[in-house]
Amino acid sequence: MSRSSELARPADHYDSDGGDAPVGPRLGPVGWLRFGWRQLTSMRTALLLLLLLAIAAVPGSLVPQRSSDPNGVAQYRVDHPDLFPIVDGLQGFDVYTSVWFSSIYLLLFVSLIGCVLPRTAHHWRAMRSRPPRTPARLARMEEHTERETAGTVAEVLERAEGALRRRRYRVQRYGDSLSAERGYLRETGNLVFHGSLVGILVAVAVGGSLGYSGQKIVVEGEPFVNYVAGYDSFTRGRLVGDASLDPYRLTLDSLDVVYERDNPNAIGQALDFTASVTLRQPGEDDSTAAQIKVNEPLRIDGTDVYLLGNGYAPRITVRSPEGEVVFSGAVPFLPQDGNLFSTGVVKVPDGLPEQLGMVGLFYPTPVTLESGALASSFPDLTDPLLSFNVYTGDLGLDEGVPVSVYTLDTEELTQIAGRGTDVDSVDLAAGDTAELPDGLGTITLDGVSRYASFEIHSDPARLWVLVFAVLVLAGLLTSLFIPRRRLWVKAAQVDGAVRVELAGLARGDDPGLVGAVGELAEDVTGVRSAATT
Amino acid sequence: MTQTLDEISAILLYAAMGGYAIAFIAFTFDLARRSAVRTAVESGAERIAAARSGASARGGVGTLERPVAPARDREGVSLRVAVVLTVLSWLLHLGATVLRGVAGARVPWANMYEFAMTGTLLIMAVFLGLLLRRDLRFIGAGITGLVVLMLGVATVGFRVDVVPLPAALQSYWLVIHVLVAILGTAFFTIGFALSVVQLLQARREHDPASRLRLPASVPSAGVLENAAYRVVIVGFVFWTFTLIAGAIWAEAAWGRYWGWDTKEVWTFIIWVVFAGYIHARATRGWRGSRSAWLAIVGFSAVLFNFGIVNVFFKGLHAYSGL
Ligand code: HEM
Repeated sequence: MSRSSELARPADHYDSDGGDAPVGPRLGPVGWLRFGWRQLTSMRTALLLLLLLAIAAVPGSLVPQRSSDPNGVAQYRVDHPDLFPIVDGLQGFDVYTSVWFSSIYLLLFVSLIGCVLPRTAHHWRAMRSRPPRTPARLARMEEHTERETAGTVAEVLERAEGALRRRRYRVQRYGDSLSAERGYLRETGNLVFHGSLVGILVAVAVGGSLGYSGQKIVVEGEPFVNYVAGYDSFTRGRLVGDASLDPYRLTLDSLDVVYERDNPNAIGQALDFTASVTLRQPGEDDSTAAQIKVNEPLRIDGTDVYLLGNGYAPRITVRSPEGEVVFSGAVPFLPQDGNLFSTGVVKVPDGLPEQLGMVGLFYPTPVTLESGALASSFPDLTDPLLSFNVYTGDLGLDEGVPVSVYTLDTEELTQIAGRGTDVDSVDLAAGDTAELPDGLGTITLDGVSRYASFEIHSDPARLWVLVFAVLVLAGLLTSLFIPRRRLWVKAAQVDGAVRVELAGLARGDDPGLVGAVGELAEDVTGVRSAATT
Repeated sequence: MTQTLDEISAILLYAAMGGYAIAFIAFTFDLARRSAVRTAVESGAERIAAARSGASARGGVGTLERPVAPARDREGVSLRVAVVLTVLSWLLHLGATVLRGVAGARVPWANMYEFAMTGTLLIMAVFLGLLLRRDLRFIGAGITGLVVLMLGVATVGFRVDVVPLPAALQSYWLVIHVLVAILGTAFFTIGFALSVVQLLQARREHDPASRLRLPASVPSAGVLENAAYRVVIVGFVFWTFTLIAGAIWAEAAWGRYWGWDTKEVWTFIIWVVFAGYIHARATRGWRGSRSAWLAIVGFSAVLFNFGIVNVFFKGLHAYSGL
């Protein structure tokens, strides 16, 4: 009897008949193709590709990746100028979209599909066929036992059949023997598991081309409108057009942060962030209020808004010597440490005798260190202080080259106040107005707002990924823990008694086989034996 | 209050470590003693057994040699002392972990020190739980030794004061995702220990002249392999769940379910290695020792993920607390 006749398995599966020496291809292109396909869909290749996939995933954790850590990549270029082009040439900064990583997993999935499709067809047929004939020599089975009992062959077989059916075996009678099988779900689970892996891959790919994501810094009191140009940075799938975004308007009313003040080990640790927002859908007059927290995004018809960061945005007004407002607004500063010491840049290109650039240092709760330097000792606002180094000269804004709003290239500029010059930096508390050096005008710190850094995400296939992931888990559970086994019962009349032969065969891991045969023997003979297993 | 509770917790933990250490010595002593006894009486029984298995290899096709119940060598005092000590130490360990949680008013697995504490607690729990069903005391030395080592590293290297949860960790997913990850790790650890013994046993079985000694009550390599497999697949299911739960949490916290963050990469690698292990078990030529090596590689990756990636790699999952 062929042990694997009802389970289609690659030839090198341990439970399969196929010789493990690879059979050389017959001459001719078809032969070679068939040979190649057999190789690709063998267990050994699947195993090899799995291990290769694990190894190929490692470099991406050693080298910063553009997708998850673009600043790290920039830093790598600075730190390792010689190595950078080599690593980049090997797609080392884009490991998970690289040609080599992709080819491994694509080959693996081709192998998987090639393996699973024939098995599915096979399983479909097997599920509707009857358990196979009872083999001639039961004694050769993995598990085998013999009993004698009173009664007739017909009675014994009837009892056995009843017991088997109660245990949900599929039973078929062949002459004076029964052939039973259970656990078809094991194979079903295995196929669902592997099939759902393909499902995940497809759903992820679809989501990638239909989804988008972007970041936007929004200062308290200011709105954000969801359209492509409204973002600070934006990436989108290939099928996302400019008009695909739902142009709602989201206003950040306030961002409230709770800090730890008691626990001496954690003073200043942020415990809670709450962004209160007002949402207005396009074409609607009413707006709704909502809250966004860390771990609790705001979900708006398929796009989700996440609160990922926060910081301070001092509200600054610069006036010309004549008192005209030449700059006014809240300027987001970038946090530099846990106590939100932050830095930022103010650029005033027009309206003053000279172009003005200022590098600001912001201390939410200022303290003077022993060295005399300033620092922030707590992240909340307690008499905040803003200190500017002031520069004049060409800010380089007219050349049409995009310049970051967070940096000021001071190389071409003349410093007229602050550290490194004879003139003190321009220091402001909230509400203060100070004269700019050289009679350039005045600067006022009107107040300090918080800002939230939002990440907006849309992935239409997300739910499908989840569905397939759950199927993966369900398939795994059934295929690993539902035993598949065959049992046989053969009865023969011997001098007034019936001799019963029972045997079992496990298909795959089955710790319960011995017990199953023992229990069946007890049911059939009606004799309970102590601790038969 | 918080401080005091945490100090009591630390003291209980030290006591547990001491208990485990003595249990380790007792387990080791027992192994040494019974292996030695065995060498002395290397008996006719063994030679007969060897001859038998040789015969069946020639004769039987399609049948499996049923594992012969190993001769039960006399159980020593040290073995019983070791088990009792392990159970007592585990209770202390449990107390330490619970107190730490009470001190922080949250689950005790929010930084590496606490991961290590709860992780080793669960390794021990799984080990002791399995002992109720099967005699696995021969890996007792390995498990207690490993746990003492881990706790030692954790108290020296990772110990931090109790601080409140950062906002990013305030989610019920911390409870589910991390707990299941730790549970998976516990099962992988037992699988690892069994696989190591399996390799030793296989080497001994292949080479009768081998000077390697193991107590006679240690099952055959084949039985060990099946036992390791059963433990590892439970771990694998937990790990699969961890991966999915982690993705769901990442989606809620960071706006994407998967971003190849270093911690995500390593969780994936571990998952793939163990998928490889399960495959190897079904691949001709890979059952046996080769697949055991994969279980060992997988467990090493788990250790690496915890001990190295958390501390030295940069990524979003940066809350080792160090
Ligand atoms: C993404 C790639 C793959 C992964 C992650 C994977 C994972 C797994 C896992 C976890 C199992 C055990 C659970 C179960 O039975 O459902 C398994 C079993 C199995 N896989 Fe895969 N697999 C992959 C690809 C393949 C390929 C390409 C083949 C065919 C060559 C294959 C053939 C099998 C077979 C035949 C079994 C049953 C093993 C047994 O009889 O115990 N798998 N796989």
